[in-house]
Amino acid sequence: MKALPGSFDSRAEAALADPSLQKALQNFKPLFVAKRAAAVAELSDFERLRDAAAAIKDAVLSELDVWLERYADKVESLGGKVHFAKDAADAREIIREICRKADARTICKGKSMVSEEIGLNEVLEEDGYRVVETDLGEYIIQLAKEPPSHIIAPAIHKTREQVADLFAQNHPGRPREDSVAGLVNEARHALRERFFESDVGITGGNFLIAESGTSVIVTNEGNGDLTQTLSRVHVVTSGIERVIPTLDDLSVFLRLLARSATGQDTECYTTLSTGPRRAGDPDGPEEYHVVLVDNGRSKMLAGRFRDMLRCIRCGACMNHCPVYGAVGGHAYGWVYPGPMGSILTPLFNGLAENYDLPNACTLNGRCQAVCPVRIPLTDLIRTMRNEQVKAGLMPASQRRMMGAWGWVARQPGLYRALERLGSRMLRLRAGRRGAMSSLPGAEAWTRVRDLPAPQGATFIDQWKARGGDQ
Amino acid sequence: MNRELVLHEIRRAITSAPGLRARSALPPRPTPPTYGEQRIERFTDRLVAHACTWEAIAELDELPQRVVAWLEQRQLDHRLAVAPPLMALNWPEKVDRHSRPAAIDESVAVSLAFAGIAESGSLVMYSGPNSPITHNYVPEFHLVAIRADDVCDNQEAVWANARALGDMPRALNLIAGPSRTGDVEQTIQLGAHGPRQVHVLLVRAKDMKS
Amino acid sequence: MSRSTHAQPRVGLMATCLMNVFRPNIGFSAADLLQAAGCRVEVPTDQTCCGQPAYSAGDDDTARAMARQLIAQFESYDYLVSPSGSCIGTVRKYPQLLADDDAWRSRAEALAAKSYELLSFLVDVRRVTIDASYRGKATYHDSCSGLRQLGVKRQPRELLGQVEGLSLTEMEDAEVCCGFGGSFCVKYPKISEKMVDDKLRSIAESGADTLVGGDLGCLMNIAGRLRRTGARVRVWHTAEVLAGRTDGAAIGEEETR
Repeated sequence: MKALPGSFDSRAEAALADPSLQKALQNFKPLFVAKRAAAVAELSDFERLRDAAAAIKDAVLSELDVWLERYADKVESLGGKVHFAKDAADAREIIREICRKADARTICKGKSMVSEEIGLNEVLEEDGYRVVETDLGEYIIQLAKEPPSHIIAPAIHKTREQVADLFAQNHPGRPREDSVAGLVNEARHALRERFFESDVGITGGNFLIAESGTSVIVTNEGNGDLTQTLSRVHVVTSGIERVIPTLDDLSVFLRLLARSATGQDTECYTTLSTGPRRAGDPDGPEEYHVVLVDNGRSKMLAGRFRDMLRCIRCGACMNHCPVYGAVGGHAYGWVYPGPMGSILTPLFNGLAENYDLPNACTLNGRCQAVCPVRIPLTDLIRTMRNEQVKAGLMPASQRRMMGAWGWVARQPGLYRALERLGSRMLRLRAGRRGAMSSLPGAEAWTRVRDLPAPQGATFIDQWKARGGDQ
Repeated sequence: MNRELVLHEIRRAITSAPGLRARSALPPRPTPPTYGEQRIERFTDRLVAHACTWEAIAELDELPQRVVAWLEQRQLDHRLAVAPPLMALNWPEKVDRHSRPAAIDESVAVSLAFAGIAESGSLVMYSGPNSPITHNYVPEFHLVAIRADDVCDNQEAVWANARALGDMPRALNLIAGPSRTGDVEQTIQLGAHGPRQVHVLLVRAKDMKS
Repeated sequence: MSRSTHAQPRVGLMATCLMNVFRPNIGFSAADLLQAAGCRVEVPTDQTCCGQPAYSAGDDDTARAMARQLIAQFESYDYLVSPSGSCIGTVRKYPQLLADDDAWRSRAEALAAKSYELLSFLVDVRRVTIDASYRGKATYHDSCSGLRQLGVKRQPRELLGQVEGLSLTEMEDAEVCCGFGGSFCVKYPKISEKMVDDKLRSIAESGADTLVGGDLGCLMNIAGRLRRTGARVRVWHTAEVLAGRTDGAAIGEEETR
């Protein structure tokens, strides 16, 4: 998908001023946090699972080439076809070619973040295919012609009334539904025919298992299963980092994924797919393709952001991010919102173009505290700021200020004198008041809050006046 | 070739990070949970937690009459998609059954699970001539027979059983309850695209090894 | 306050920039508490800043220079203690920051290992008991750095629980960021406003008349917004309450005498 128009600031402001978005965020925030906490509390060894999951990913990443070859060879030995895509354009071409060869008309899709990342829908629609997102959330935003605002709950920003409006516009001849049950039922009926006429079914791949040549998806709706079972051709799109060694490793991740994502102990459907329909199988796709997308991932492997390749796309980081909770996913401008996006988007789309993302973070560490694969997200966001500084991207005014402050802070006498001066001026300005409601030069602070006035002379001066160290 | 190109990039990246290649030892995995005597109880508890219903039957021969009773309670038609191994059971004549893949308007399917998982209350379906995968997802109502002996403690035990049969089947499906979605205002709604109800028939007798 | 039984260690008190300018009372409270805990307290008067603003901004070169300066100023003490989770959190990052600097890495590690946030130092290292009183119903805001980098959670509650007359009530989302985030609050004021308003709502719903916390930046943000919205909740640093230095004005209040 293309980056959204506007700056982070303008999108964030629009989000803060959107009452239905704010209502949606208000509803969602406590829900995911509380459900995760409860689901985690039920397991005695959750922390050990996190350690193991991170260690498995680290081990695989350090020999990623070996595991990918093992995986690809196994898939192909079972009649599947593995395609390697070096970038988004490459991946799009591979999938277009598969659809062309399949003489496809209808393409059903399960939710896949990689497919959003490579901007797949746009080109397939340009080619004239009927492309249908089948995850209810994805379906809603496809009708709204909007990008997802959350990686596991793509339409989290939509209220029920907005969904009802969209369905009323897009499902002619049906009475308007207003209840959640009615809307879900309406989508079920609308999508059923699409599943049965689907030629190519495209799903994501949460995990790729080298041992058995298996791709794994997890869903609650069953749309991913209908997509892959009823289509003639099943295409799995996945990042190259998703390979894991064995089925037993999969179990470690499955115990973490649903709990971290939605606070369920398991999603409804965990599906392990291995190759195309076998001789004697009554149903299932005739062809099975896996498109492994690099798109900058191999570059991440070498550098300071390697830990990000452990990500299993659960969304816990954004569920717990207070900034995401305030502005929602669209403010982040691209496929991956929240903390994960503040690292991934600059890496994929440019440090300069996405300057705000790592900066619009309070470094509060809540994302890092819940990440099931222990990605040090907060540290990486700070590291991203360092990369921006090294690339000369810090705004000149801020750079000058930082430089001057850094110099002064290394001249203790001068620093003391300036603190003393600042304290005196602030007290002068405040007069008898305990706080100032405005202060020239500090409008960004005082627009939102009063500035408490200094209590008196600086602590160090008072300490010295009282006799200093005794 | 793209494959070599991408793998080359990966190798180059790994080599450029000092010591990375050496960190490839896989860690020990936490021991999966086991339930001993409580295995079946755990399994049925988790079924209920995932909004399944269940009943115990003494032997597989009881299945047709139980299924018919279940249908009649809900005033459903006697048209069924039935897994091939269950077709030859003693079905009443009024039951119209087939074992082809599910049709778009399929209402009820009766399947036989490959295994159950006590840890998560999951039913495991193993695709193949005896187990059409469309039966698991297309119908509104899914009735699943499972032998008590096939209920395992955890996933790892299921993987071991699957490995013993050779390569993985085209699809191995872990199913925990009816289909659901929270995509409209985070309100959980059952019956998103797959079954609205999953009913489990737990066969306790050991006389069905045939 | 009772003395612990250990020999009297020398503690270098780090006067954080905000505390030094805006709230000396926290510094004196910290000194009182440390002395009562049997420590000899010294305040190196040539100290400036731990470098947190540079570190957070990603300006590692500046942060490293500040780190070396602070290490040299504090490494001779038995402990470095400061009434701020985020400043101590920064000191604990020094080893990572100076990882490639052979001359300084081990010095950074040595200092990080003996650097403590005040409240955890009082509980985990010195095991003090508190003798103070405060009339009010307080709620505690867990500042993020202290909570998640240093594990400060139980210690302030344990100590506040010993304050006579003070009842502690937990607010919803006590562990959620207040929207301060250093320069974040001035770079993204609207998002920060939304976050601090969420915090104010939690405080109001708790029914508390007093907010306490362990990091002055957060407290100035919350107190400033409370004043702006006309709320009457009083805001103190935990150290002030524990040291019984609550006769004067709370953060953002005018002196009444």
